[in-house]
Amino acid sequence: MSDSALDKARKRTGKMTGAEAIIRSLEAEDVTICWGIPGGAILPLYDAFMRCDHSIQHVLVRHEQGAGHMAQGYARATGKVGVCIATSGPGATNLVTPIADAFLDSTPLVAITGQVPTHLIGTDAFQEADITGIVMPIVKHSFLVQRVEDIPRAIHEAFHIASTGRPGPVLVDIPKDLQQAEFEFAYPEQVELPGYSAEFPDVPASIAAAATLIAQSKRPIIYVGGGVINAEASEDLILFAETLQAPVTTTLLAKGAFPDSHPLSVQMPGMHGSKYANWAIHRSDLLITIGARFDDRVTGKLDAFAPGAKVIHFDIDPAEISKNRRADVTLLGDLKRTLPALREAVVETKNAERIANQRDWLTDVQDWRKENPFRYMKGEKLKPQYIVEQFDRALKGKDAIWVTGVGQHQMWAAQFLSIDGPRRWLTSGGLGTMGFGVPAAIGAQQGCPDAYVVNFDGDGCFQMTSQELATAICYDVPVIHAVMNNGWLGMVRQWQELFHDERFSETNLFGTIPDFVKLAEAYGCLGLRAETEAEVDAVIEQAIAERRPTVIDFRIDHDEKVYPMVPAGAASHEMIDQVWDNDWVEEGV
Amino acid sequence: MATPGHHTLSVLVENRPGVLSRVSGLFSRRGFNIESLAVGPTERADRSVITIRVDCTRHSVEQVVKQLDKLIDVIDVLEVAPDSAIERELLLIKVKADAEHRLEIMRMAEVFNARVVDAGATTLLLECVEHPDRLAALEELLSPYEIVEAVRTGRVAMTRASIANEAARPKLNILG
Repeated sequence: MSDSALDKARKRTGKMTGAEAIIRSLEAEDVTICWGIPGGAILPLYDAFMRCDHSIQHVLVRHEQGAGHMAQGYARATGKVGVCIATSGPGATNLVTPIADAFLDSTPLVAITGQVPTHLIGTDAFQEADITGIVMPIVKHSFLVQRVEDIPRAIHEAFHIASTGRPGPVLVDIPKDLQQAEFEFAYPEQVELPGYSAEFPDVPASIAAAATLIAQSKRPIIYVGGGVINAEASEDLILFAETLQAPVTTTLLAKGAFPDSHPLSVQMPGMHGSKYANWAIHRSDLLITIGARFDDRVTGKLDAFAPGAKVIHFDIDPAEISKNRRADVTLLGDLKRTLPALREAVVETKNAERIANQRDWLTDVQDWRKENPFRYMKGEKLKPQYIVEQFDRALKGKDAIWVTGVGQHQMWAAQFLSIDGPRRWLTSGGLGTMGFGVPAAIGAQQGCPDAYVVNFDGDGCFQMTSQELATAICYDVPVIHAVMNNGWLGMVRQWQELFHDERFSETNLFGTIPDFVKLAEAYGCLGLRAETEAEVDAVIEQAIAERRPTVIDFRIDHDEKVYPMVPAGAASHEMIDQVWDNDWVEEGV
Repeated sequence: MATPGHHTLSVLVENRPGVLSRVSGLFSRRGFNIESLAVGPTERADRSVITIRVDCTRHSVEQVVKQLDKLIDVIDVLEVAPDSAIERELLLIKVKADAEHRLEIMRMAEVFNARVVDAGATTLLLECVEHPDRLAALEELLSPYEIVEAVRTGRVAMTRASIANEAARPKLNILG
């Protein structure tokens, strides 16, 4: 919306129903698109969508979980708040998974749910569920609106809370009778939240202490999390890292926050991270942690993680400081302020001298990267890593957004894609939500219509949300869904093979059921299949050229595993790898 | 740091529906056990104070304070240090009191500033507002007479008036 239109939307007044007030409030928050499904308790809102003249596109999905993940995909690709809408009871409970996903991956999301009329609340009425109670541990905040006059304020505060500080999901539950009631609308100019602030004072002493730790360090490493993307601080990070000349490791959520192709990048740490990232962390004497939270998939055995390192921790959420790993110096607040402040302080120290002294460290780390790249062995059967590499090559130089489900295919994509910008890699990290890929990719494409959006999915994940292919067709959303079909719940199978004596309990999905090509065609999508490398190149070329909703059934080697791997509970430098050195890998030097 | 200890938190909240569930739910979700919890209005109609007693390590209490502070309806969280605060709790206790022991029990109650608020043929009902440790001592002394029923409110706490502070509720330093 233009600034003047937005200004007009915020100044609108007049008598209207609660339902129309929801729409006017969304307009005042600059919402242009939302996803949902109507139902009894949200009917007045959907009626208002049709009766009122407004500027919001509503996308009708096939399952509310799809609406939530589409709103997430949109939010993460554009940086704006994603909005999803559902009715009471089952509509609302179907949003629980995307809300939990948005909570763990700090995605700005506003969920609006209808509730049974106020006089029926608490009576176990038809389609009644206490959704604010259900989502309490997985939202940043929630509102159960109790008076029609409170609708604009609740929505205004919901957007403010969802999008500031550490972003997260906010749910606004609105009883049906309040949607029907009339009142005099006015949009609040400010929020009144005495218990909430996303502002932190500058602490010069902490900047000075951090600069001193950097000046004293001989083996620093910068450990970057998704917070850098939420803060839009990638440029600041690149400048900071180049000033320090320190290696940079980016977590699964941070892929793209620092360019994979940058000479200082050591890519992903953790369970399926690079050897060079895990070795560098293990050997480091200073961990400069930026918007990351020491997740167990990164650290492995916590007390063996970076055992010789002091910790500088940048974050916007005070509760992350010293939660898992004690910080020696804390820098709270917006990275757009703290990163340049520390960079300037580092420049004031004898930085050139320090860089000269740590040259061996950087050379070692860069050599490890050259000598231990992510790799795979070609075989008779099609390897998934080859598919990722070919997609990467085919879209090089184009604006591409990569989305994934959860499991082996997600890790192969994380390892083999080279991504150089933020908001171009969307994956479910914290919650590990299978089924995230299809809808998140659709939402991302709707937010970025000119980008090429590829959803790398597994056959297991794909079947959890594939009904949204109907949404893709109805709204002409040309995502390429690349299904790495190994016929198994592959990551679970890998664990069963490695840690459960190959007892493949309930993981066989039989790769020919369904026929993914026919399934795609049943929805009106382009359906393609590839079983050999030559076919891979051909289908990728065709899919990119046709630019319409597409599903590709890649029949891959079901025996392929994700390596390297830090077994659960091991220290993060103790990785196992394929047959070429099928043993515990010794520390890098 | 790893040894558990008792901590009293005074949590100032907006007086809104659901706020008590948000606060108490946070404790169970993050794996902290509440020993006692008391909630009531304050000098302002739109604010309540929840006083929570937890038994956990210093690291855990720091975590719980930060997590509480993240709740939108929580305005501030204060850890009440025992030597700079007054802590009180109300005990109602019904104790067997036959003719032979009745006076003895009443004298004991006097020592503890407890009042007899009701009397039956064979029991006495006492009320006592005291530091929770003193209430425990009273209960122990009464136990030989057979306690029929006892109920406590959970402690409430306030920093001492003699500690001259510019703010009634000095802000906890959670900024590291």
